[in-house]
Amino acid sequence: MSRKIDITLTVNGAAYAHAADTRSTLVDFLRDDLKLTGTHIGCEHGVCGACTVLVDGEAVRSCLMLAPQADGASIVTVEGLGAANGELGALQRAFRKHHALQCGFCTPGILTTAHALLTQEPDADADRIRDVLSGNICRCTGYVTIVQAILEARDAYRRPADAGTSR
Amino acid sequence: MTIVQNTPLVGTSLERLEDERFLSGRGQYVADVRKAGMLHAAILRSSVAHGRIVRIGLDAARALPGIHAIVTAADIPQPIPRIPLRLVPLPEFAPYHQPVIASAKVRYVGEPIAVVVADSRALAEDAIDLIEIEIDNLPPIGDRDVDASGSFLFEETGTNIALRYHTASGDPDGAFATADYTRRETFQIQRHTAAPMETRGLMAQWDESGPTLKLYGAAKVPYFNRRALAAMMNLPETSLELIEVDVGGGFGVRGEFYPEDYLIPFAARLVGKPVSWIEDRREHLMATNHSRDVGATVEIACTKDGTITGLRGEVFGDMGAYIRTNGGVVPTAAGMFLQGPYRIANVDITVLALMTNKTPVGTYRGPGRFEANFFRERLLDMAAADLGIDPAEFRRINLIREDELPYSIGKRAPHLPDAVYDTGDYHAAFERCLTEIDWTGKAAVQGRLIDGRYHGVGIASFVESGGAGPKETSRFVLEKDGMVTIAVGSSMLGQGLETTFSQIASDALNIPVSAFRIDHGSTARLADGLGSYHGRSIIVGGSAVLDGAEKFRTAVIEAAANLLGRPNAELRFENGAVVSDAGASISLSQIAASRRPDDGLLSVDGIFLVNKPTYSYGTHAAYVAVDPDTGRVEVLDYVAVEDVGRAINPMIVSGQAIGALVQGLGGVFLDHLIYDEQCQLLTASFADYLMPTATDFPSLRSVALELRLSPTNPLGAKSAGEGGMVPVAAAVGNAVGAALQSCGAQPRTLPLSPSKVWSLIHEPAATAP
Repeated sequence: MSRKIDITLTVNGAAYAHAADTRSTLVDFLRDDLKLTGTHIGCEHGVCGACTVLVDGEAVRSCLMLAPQADGASIVTVEGLGAANGELGALQRAFRKHHALQCGFCTPGILTTAHALLTQEPDADADRIRDVLSGNICRCTGYVTIVQAILEARDAYRRPADAGTSR
Repeated sequence: MTIVQNTPLVGTSLERLEDERFLSGRGQYVADVRKAGMLHAAILRSSVAHGRIVRIGLDAARALPGIHAIVTAADIPQPIPRIPLRLVPLPEFAPYHQPVIASAKVRYVGEPIAVVVADSRALAEDAIDLIEIEIDNLPPIGDRDVDASGSFLFEETGTNIALRYHTASGDPDGAFATADYTRRETFQIQRHTAAPMETRGLMAQWDESGPTLKLYGAAKVPYFNRRALAAMMNLPETSLELIEVDVGGGFGVRGEFYPEDYLIPFAARLVGKPVSWIEDRREHLMATNHSRDVGATVEIACTKDGTITGLRGEVFGDMGAYIRTNGGVVPTAAGMFLQGPYRIANVDITVLALMTNKTPVGTYRGPGRFEANFFRERLLDMAAADLGIDPAEFRRINLIREDELPYSIGKRAPHLPDAVYDTGDYHAAFERCLTEIDWTGKAAVQGRLIDGRYHGVGIASFVESGGAGPKETSRFVLEKDGMVTIAVGSSMLGQGLETTFSQIASDALNIPVSAFRIDHGSTARLADGLGSYHGRSIIVGGSAVLDGAEKFRTAVIEAAANLLGRPNAELRFENGAVVSDAGASISLSQIAASRRPDDGLLSVDGIFLVNKPTYSYGTHAAYVAVDPDTGRVEVLDYVAVEDVGRAINPMIVSGQAIGALVQGLGGVFLDHLIYDEQCQLLTASFADYLMPTATDFPSLRSVALELRLSPTNPLGAKSAGEGGMVPVAAAVGNAVGAALQSCGAQPRTLPLSPSKVWSLIHEPAATAP
């Protein structure tokens, strides 16, 4: 049975105060309550990585976290990864250039994972990128172009103003 | 407005037009479709593989607040509708079509028994837990000897063999009787499937005033599904609109007509409110089509000098509990492609479709081909070794030469005409692949133990059909603002068709891609469409776009002629305007603006008819290192070479090839749907069902050749979506076999898991299929 609990949190720079269902996962809360449907659900048991969002800067499986646990947190979803002018950010542009997405379903989780990695380690090499990405399943691309795109985006993260989101 | 487009776009790697919405989180997938008052469905599925339903107790579930309806077989109009076959609709399959809900019997774990509609999905799942279900178990049928126990999935048929047919060409018995050399082997490809990242989902909205039904979540074949659903719901097709939103991967399994494609619309009609159902991953792995699971016993006959004189085999496909929409495609295609790109005069193939208490089988990228290529190419390597002939030389002797094309392999299935390979230079693709992998140089490492690992290189050639007819349609509409909407009968599953169709139309009309909007969103746009499967979207769909573009040009000239008061012959369409030599000019926007309200929008229909498939072909090479202590195989290098006829967008073609290749490597090493002896599925989560991740296969290359255009279509295209996959098990199997030649190990079954490979090395007798 469900009951509600009041939480406050910041998502993509906007503050929300909301009554969250105590048994709602963070991903359901983002998608159903905040209508941020860019974050996708692939497995609901923390394996595929499609639902990855940033919680206080860390890449987190939003299907494995309850919404009330996000009380007070600052969250970034794929909708918050663009550049300040509303255009695609450097990472997103690199994905388009290298054909690092096909159906687009895993893409939000891969972008958030890569964004967290490059924010913390802008010099990550291909092996490191593959290691970190191994928690995200993509069934379309075979990963080769995803790694190429992330490698190319590193430059922008060495100069953070160009990377896109500053949230 | 001047719009000039002088450089041809077909053949260029244009960045994809659909990417921006996906990259910014603005894609709209079926779970993102929300309607006011929408309810949520969850489905109770059988936990028993084979049994009789004794009782379904709904009282406790019905008493739960927030439950709007619970649907069981008792609520569905009798006789319970059964799902028709879309492909290979052989009469033998008639008893095995799947009913939309289980009534008297359950036949696989995951079969729908009840649908609960509730205020939320969580409540619907709560109610599922409260349903009491009593099932009398029957002996499950799980292995290949399906009729041994006397237990039958369908008692009325008295057998669990749904289909058996035989095809032959030449004089196979004579060839084998007189052969210098023969070898017979048994192989097996494990049950696995596509597992796209988005599970299935549907959102049905019933409007009693029409009555009309809108069904969101269609994919792949929405027009077939509309026809099937209309018949099952006893409604005219025009009352149904199937709506295709973004689709998170298809690979064959998504978009076919499943039980839920009836049950969710039925539930929406019953409750009179929109109903959403989103499959969870556990459901997906037990409810969405499985695939592969084909075995074969194959025998080859050769002369001493390596000429193949005969091939015969028995191919058996485990179909699971029902024959679903794809009919017998998987095993029949395995029989069809067993011969491959080789000159073999005498062939004899028997195909069996076996019914078991497992999830039904459908097509998965390269259906039957992945399997057939593994069987044949493994046997070729064994024969070459026995005859003391280099595996590459053995293939050179037998690969069909260009001067032998077109080459008929004869009639290989009861439902198909003779298969005739069209155009190509099989030897050129083969030699290119050998050059890329450095076959000659790699002889130095072949079978050698280097730093504790055995190294090996394997090659495999294939030929593969695509571009199924008989037709596809398009509609070009000049919108009020001068934009051109192109409605297409093809479906988008992530393969970039919004971009490639725009490239084709842009070149045909010499206006930029930004002038077009590709509309694949609804069955209301066209009278019919065949959809996206069998590598047909560019070949057939793209050719329909090309035809539509030419008719659109004629139509705008006609419209301009009336407006300008000049004969058609003086006018031409260039740079987005109809112009005359005398200097008159009228733009698309002006033509659009000049339409009177009664005229409606300027609109023309394109169509492309074709009755022959294309045949792409190529060769793959794999270089592996095998650790004899752990059984782990590392893919050190892999080259996939395919002649695709014409690449509309080389970047997308490469993406298809590499993506398919990694899926294929998953099928070789990882993907495995495992059942126990009670036919319980043991791999119903992504923690158990393993797929490739980013660290598994970093060293891969693809080479798309444009050696020979296809004669079947004006674009000259051959299919490009499956060639990356179909010979992967064959090439890797041969590479592992080559690496382990000193141990006498021969891969005959997949997956090549570490434990399987370790056993091949250390317990060869225990690893026969």
